Amino acid sequence: MNRLESTATFIRDGVIGGTLSATDACRAALDRIAAVNAALNAFNLVDADRAMQRARDIDRRRASGEPLGVLAGVPMAIKDNMNVRGMKTTASSRILDDFVPPFDATVIRRLEAADAVIVGKTNCDEFAMGSSNENSAFGPVKNPWALDRIPGGSSGGSAASVAAQCVPLALGSDTGGSIRQPAACCGVVGLKPSYGRVSRYGLLAFASSLDQIGPFARSVSDAALALSVLAGADPCDATTAREPVKDFAAALTGIVKGIRIGVPRAFISDGVDAQVRRAYDAALDTLRDSGAVLVDIDLPHAKYAVPVYYLVCTAEASSNLARYDGVKYGYRAAEAKDGLKEMYSRTRDKGFGPEVKRRIMLGTYVLSAGYYDAFYLKALQVRTLLRRDYEQAFERVDVVAMPTMPTPPFRLGEKAADPLQMYLSDIFTVSANLAGLPGISVPCGFSDEGLPIGFQLMGRMFDEATLLRVADAYERSTEWHLKTAAL
Amino acid sequence: MNYDDHVPTTLTIADVERIAALAQLELTDEEKQLFTTQLADILHYAEQVQAVDTSGVPPTDHINSAQRTERDDEPRPSLATDEALANAPDAAVDAGLFRVPRVIGG
Repeated sequence: MNRLESTATFIRDGVIGGTLSATDACRAALDRIAAVNAALNAFNLVDADRAMQRARDIDRRRASGEPLGVLAGVPMAIKDNMNVRGMKTTASSRILDDFVPPFDATVIRRLEAADAVIVGKTNCDEFAMGSSNENSAFGPVKNPWALDRIPGGSSGGSAASVAAQCVPLALGSDTGGSIRQPAACCGVVGLKPSYGRVSRYGLLAFASSLDQIGPFARSVSDAALALSVLAGADPCDATTAREPVKDFAAALTGIVKGIRIGVPRAFISDGVDAQVRRAYDAALDTLRDSGAVLVDIDLPHAKYAVPVYYLVCTAEASSNLARYDGVKYGYRAAEAKDGLKEMYSRTRDKGFGPEVKRRIMLGTYVLSAGYYDAFYLKALQVRTLLRRDYEQAFERVDVVAMPTMPTPPFRLGEKAADPLQMYLSDIFTVSANLAGLPGISVPCGFSDEGLPIGFQLMGRMFDEATLLRVADAYERSTEWHLKTAAL
Repeated sequence: MNYDDHVPTTLTIADVERIAALAQLELTDEEKQLFTTQLADILHYAEQVQAVDTSGVPPTDHINSAQRTERDDEPRPSLATDEALANAPDAAVDAGLFRVPRVIGG
């Protein structure tokens, strides 16, 4: 299969049209996973029996003339921080041990109602906390383009599984860039929808005011197709928006004439690798050549996005992760017999990895008496100023363009000992989460060493249609998305 | 507290132990040493937000918080007890209870 033939749209059309069976598509995905996963470590779990059974059911229903869903027979991988009933959820943490969720996340129900075939759960940073996938209890995922490089994080396994052509679509979650940044590192498309677009029910909460689920794909049109299935209000998640859900794939006209693209020149002037900068400038030129208009914008508070993000997300995480206490599910420290408090604290010390503990500590500190106002409340106020920066920019432009990541994917281990340096690599992705805005990363070139580089676009709240239209028009003008990792 | 007050973020081992107790984390001595340095570094970096003028600026603790979210007050099925207990590290399944170490006395 070439890259085009392995898109979700191609498989779906084949399965519905009868030229491809869901079982063949599923077996191809399982074979590919078996061939490459030892090198990549992208999957925490593969459930071949369940997947083949569902694929056979889809083929049987087609044979009996039943209508099939818009993802008919499309093999999919799910980040291992979302619940699939009966399939272990680990969040790549020891503390969940053998947790088998008794319910499906809403996104899983929606995907399976559309006849997608879930093949397994993907490796990630523990509880989605990380930018390199090195914080997994099961070891890092390797970048399919260069096995000594990070695949990005935290949804590194999902990004790598799509880049390595195991599956055409995968789900990730994005709290501060955890879909867009690994998409950039692995040379695939990654979409973070607007906050509230997609239900978080059944997603293990990290930072509830920032978390959002979205797809990885090999084309913008596949990402748009997936979003149309995933999006919508959910009575099980009170933060889901009642915005109408469009057929996002139908919005992809290929036309960007007159579209105004905001370029925050001051914000991106420092600390961007020269090769990333070159690829970014070339992407802007491509869009301008297609008729888009480049407009300089100012985002005066964007430089505070990283500190604000790490104050807010750790505060929320310290509260959300209080539930992992060795009582209701997961791991309990065996020697904890002295009393309840000892059991809690010993279980949590042994069950959580270093980055999760660091963030719980930081979040507990900034919420504690004497520091709440100076750190947490102050961060929430600067978050308001950052939102206003974007509101003002979007009065003058339709989308905002930035690099996804300031550098090409770095080496495994390169930043592992210095958490602050790791956090700084999130500079261009965190503000979309703080402001609730949709963002997408699309492939826009390669470094001299052949490492993928991503181009990020951000849109107005709930205007994924315009965001996807611009990203798709860019993709049509380039061939970056057609390149495949030689794995 | 006045927001313009500059909070110095030097951390001691005792601070880290206090935070760990609040967070129900029993850290090793090595972790305490490491976090004392690392958290101070991160907090020192984050101090830059304190220089931003935020007088009169309301906090954003959530996006889309304005919408009405109540549902009708009708009973609905919920997780069965045996399913709720199935993942517990220690449960008295017949009694329908989670079991934990001694809380009082001993």
